[in-house]
Amino acid sequence: MKFKKLITVVVGALAIPFAAIAGEDSQLTVEGQLMVTSVAAPAHMENVDEIFSGWVFRKDETQALQMDDFDNPAFIFIDKAIDTFNAVDGTAGKACVSCHESPEVFKGLRASMPRVNSSGELETIPELVNGCRTERMGAEKWKWSEGNMAGIIGLIGLQSRGMPVNVAIDGAASGTWDKGKELYYTRVGQLNMSCANCHEDNYGNMIRADHLSMGQINGFPTYRLKNAKLNTIHARFKGCMKNIRATPYKEGGDEFKALELYVASRSNGLTIETPSVRN
Amino acid sequence: MAKGVKARVKVPKTADVGEIVTLKTLISHKMESGQRKDSDGNKIPQSIINRFTCAFNGNTVIDVKMAAAISTNPYFAFDAVVPEAGEFHFTWYDDDGSIYEEKKSVKIA
Amino acid sequence: MKLTRRDTIAMGGAAALTTILPSFSSAATPVNELIMGVTGGADAASAGIFLTAPEIAENGNTVPISIDAPGAVAITVLAAGNPLPGVATFNFGAGSASQSATTRIRLAGTQDVVAVAEMADGSFASAHQTVKVTIGGCGG
Repeated sequence: MKFKKLITVVVGALAIPFAAIAGEDSQLTVEGQLMVTSVAAPAHMENVDEIFSGWVFRKDETQALQMDDFDNPAFIFIDKAIDTFNAVDGTAGKACVSCHESPEVFKGLRASMPRVNSSGELETIPELVNGCRTERMGAEKWKWSEGNMAGIIGLIGLQSRGMPVNVAIDGAASGTWDKGKELYYTRVGQLNMSCANCHEDNYGNMIRADHLSMGQINGFPTYRLKNAKLNTIHARFKGCMKNIRATPYKEGGDEFKALELYVASRSNGLTIETPSVRN
Repeated sequence: MAKGVKARVKVPKTADVGEIVTLKTLISHKMESGQRKDSDGNKIPQSIINRFTCAFNGNTVIDVKMAAAISTNPYFAFDAVVPEAGEFHFTWYDDDGSIYEEKKSVKIA
Repeated sequence: MKLTRRDTIAMGGAAALTTILPSFSSAATPVNELIMGVTGGADAASAGIFLTAPEIAENGNTVPISIDAPGAVAITVLAAGNPLPGVATFNFGAGSASQSATTRIRLAGTQDVVAVAEMADGSFASAHQTVKVTIGGCGG
């Protein structure tokens, strides 16, 4: 598989004055638990000193929706996912609950995903889920971003809510991480833009009427007001690429997986907010 | 029956006699507005939840007539009085004839 | 980062302005007409009903609003600039503790949201507020 040849090297910290980030002083508490929505940037980020959760960039009303598990519309999908978790599916006559006594056994998983497994491959949560389904349940694979999958990874992610993002970027992960980083800074598409052009160079600014965030994924899958459902990481990557008129990479493919690792590492230190509410 | 409709209601488990409680309800439903067009340019017909009611021991708390401008996954929050122990009964009426219901009991503290 | 011409144009054009959809003045129903539609022609007092809505909606698909009219029998909510103005009518029963409710609505563009309360004595009260609805940016 070929990666884009053009490597855009971001040289120096171009001091771009940005509009005050609305809500940067407000705190996010969910069900009594304080979330870290701003923290010193991880050492590997050369051009940014402080990282912010996407929550910080949203309007007060949207922020409020995430602060209460009832007001947060994502939880209908979590409820549905609990039903899915308990439902038998596939030729083996098993449900998730047959092996995993409750969703709580997944506490901590989301915080360190994606990660390199013992075979040296980068694995993501949807792959773990589909692995169980096909190999142990005799069930069909779910599509990467379909409703069932988004719900289950939301349920699994919720178990890590409040825990700091901590993905490994060294050792076995470093090759893939480097590829992800290259993708992040490579310009693509008719608009010839890279992830960094918006999410590193212009976070806090308005792009038309959107308040640009840093493009963090610590709250995914997220309930977007725009489509009133849970959205997965790769679905959002795909949407972003379409918005800059680029041919998107495949959901679940190597490019998006590498990008997911790199983007996740840009939020190391923020807390998992799954399932978050965004615009 | 619209696909995958699921309701959530927030009702306290206990209350004092005469206490005012805030109830919150959410139901997953597309609320197809009738304004969207399909790929051939034809309008997708409206298919929404058109009415929501809440009653306590048979007495109406609220009865909402809903139009397509209510957001997908309709949400309502409102206040009710708990005069005695009993049951809140929530009902949603779908354009397609389906009726979705939830019941929650409240004990007196 | 090298700023190409494409960058400068994209950033300059995009970064500066909030694009606000104007209310479709030809299509928006006048607020008074909407109020009369509920009252049957009777006047509506401007006090006694509270409408809470954001000044700028983050997304027109899900706009949180609240209405409160102590002593009302029913409150009707309308969106003056939507293709169909009707949003909801809240009827309060004996079991309600207050004549108030919160919900989330869809607004097609910048417009007035109108609330009309019918009181127990047959009189009416109304309130309205302009909610700005913006076109999204690259978020789509």
